[in-house]
Amino acid sequence: MHPITGWGKLTQRQEAIRAQIIEVLGAMIPAGVPVSDKTRIARDLGLDSVAIMDFVMELEERFDILIPLDQIADVETIRDLSKAVEVLVRDAA
Amino acid sequence: MSIFAKFEDIQKTLAGLSQTGQNPLDVRFDEIRSPVEGFVGGRRVLLFGTSNYLGLTFDADCIEAGVQMLRRSGTGTTGSRIANGTYAGHASLEQQLAQFYGKRSAMVFSTGYQANLGLISALAGRDDHLFIDADSHASIYDACRLSSAEIIRFRHNDADDLARRIGRLKDRPGCRIIVTEGIYSMLGDTAPLREIAAVKRETGSYLIVDEAHSMGVLGARGRGLCEAADVEADVDFVVGTFSKSLGAVGGFAVSDLEGFDILRVAARPYMFTASLPPSIVATVSAALTRIQRDGSLGARVRANGQRLYDGLKNAGFALGPQPNPVVAVKMPDRDTAVTFWKQLLDEGIYLNLALPPATPASMALLRSSVNALHTDEQIDCAIAAISRVGMRLGVINAAPAKQRAERAEKLALPAE
Repeated sequence: MHPITGWGKLTQRQEAIRAQIIEVLGAMIPAGVPVSDKTRIARDLGLDSVAIMDFVMELEERFDILIPLDQIADVETIRDLSKAVEVLVRDAA
Repeated sequence: MSIFAKFEDIQKTLAGLSQTGQNPLDVRFDEIRSPVEGFVGGRRVLLFGTSNYLGLTFDADCIEAGVQMLRRSGTGTTGSRIANGTYAGHASLEQQLAQFYGKRSAMVFSTGYQANLGLISALAGRDDHLFIDADSHASIYDACRLSSAEIIRFRHNDADDLARRIGRLKDRPGCRIIVTEGIYSMLGDTAPLREIAAVKRETGSYLIVDEAHSMGVLGARGRGLCEAADVEADVDFVVGTFSKSLGAVGGFAVSDLEGFDILRVAARPYMFTASLPPSIVATVSAALTRIQRDGSLGARVRANGQRLYDGLKNAGFALGPQPNPVVAVKMPDRDTAVTFWKQLLDEGIYLNLALPPATPASMALLRSSVNALHTDEQIDCAIAAISRVGMRLGVINAAPAKQRAERAEKLALPAE
């Protein structure tokens, strides 16, 4: 199973990261747009390619990590992103 | 389902653009009379959006050099640089470029796009880290996709942010490669190169500067922002194009680093495409000779940029942060931008419409550029036309900013 896109239950730590991701995202999308684990960041939120890269940049600030653009190619949903960020936070420590 | 279904959103956008009666992506020049005048749909237009900064496209010496070489060497090389496509002219143009920049080596590519693609993708290997400005040109982003390095964006023109991001790598192995541009093509702003060069030195990184829009425009000798900011010794690679100030097509990279020539057998966009036709190489060489002999063109285009910038600012438009030969007028929204652009064309002024995601911060822009041959009268004519349309569409108030400021001063009101 793919380490990021696989369907395991999110750990407590990943859930905490997800909450922060959704908070950062909240500032970039219209109010009231529902965001869940399964939300597809590009397709469901109407963010263009530059907006997604800007969102990634905000996450880098929030978590004090680097998120290489080439590594987020596999990330589709909020769930994928939560897992990917968790790995990067762990590696940066 | 059609194989083109994935382009549905783009299709809708295009349909919206066509509603004005003229799709901006579909402009066809029936005739170009000079670097400042052309014909679109039977109408004479002044050209204020061609990036032809030094106005050399009709230079008599360049044309003569091209015609002679066309007759002597034929229409094309029919081969790549590493096969049958390197003629004496390609090699001597590389020497001329190296000499112009005061660097050891130069490589000529078939387009500016391929110069970035080739240089960046070949330099940045698997364990390396590319740090690119967030507002980088598409060719830099595409180069990153072709490279196997890690790609990190830093905030536009923010050297502190760059330093912070490089710092997050800690002691991870691999080269750090910073990519920035001289003048940014959308807003016409310049990079804080002195600060970026300082970060480069402190972090032991390499620095690439793309001078596509600043070669021939900035610096006493026309070497671009690196010269103007006095950081040439810190810049490891300068990339540029022949399709703007030199009035032709093609691209180049220059460097002082030993071993640079290995890129000739490593940069795939250099190796696997046909080389420039010899006639183009000849016109480029003549244009470069002109810049080397005549510093007045750069001064002229800078003065013209200042005149257009000041005129539009006084009229009350929101512009890019600093005067340069690229002058961007910020539009309140996309629909206004499209209508504005079309009405300007009807008024006989051609400039570029720039829409997201090609623009920073999702702005809709009218992007104009001056060249060294525009007269003061032509620039004033453009300012007047842009102001007329601006007032008609409510983008600026009827009273120009200067008048408003004077009135406010008379009434002892604080400035707006």
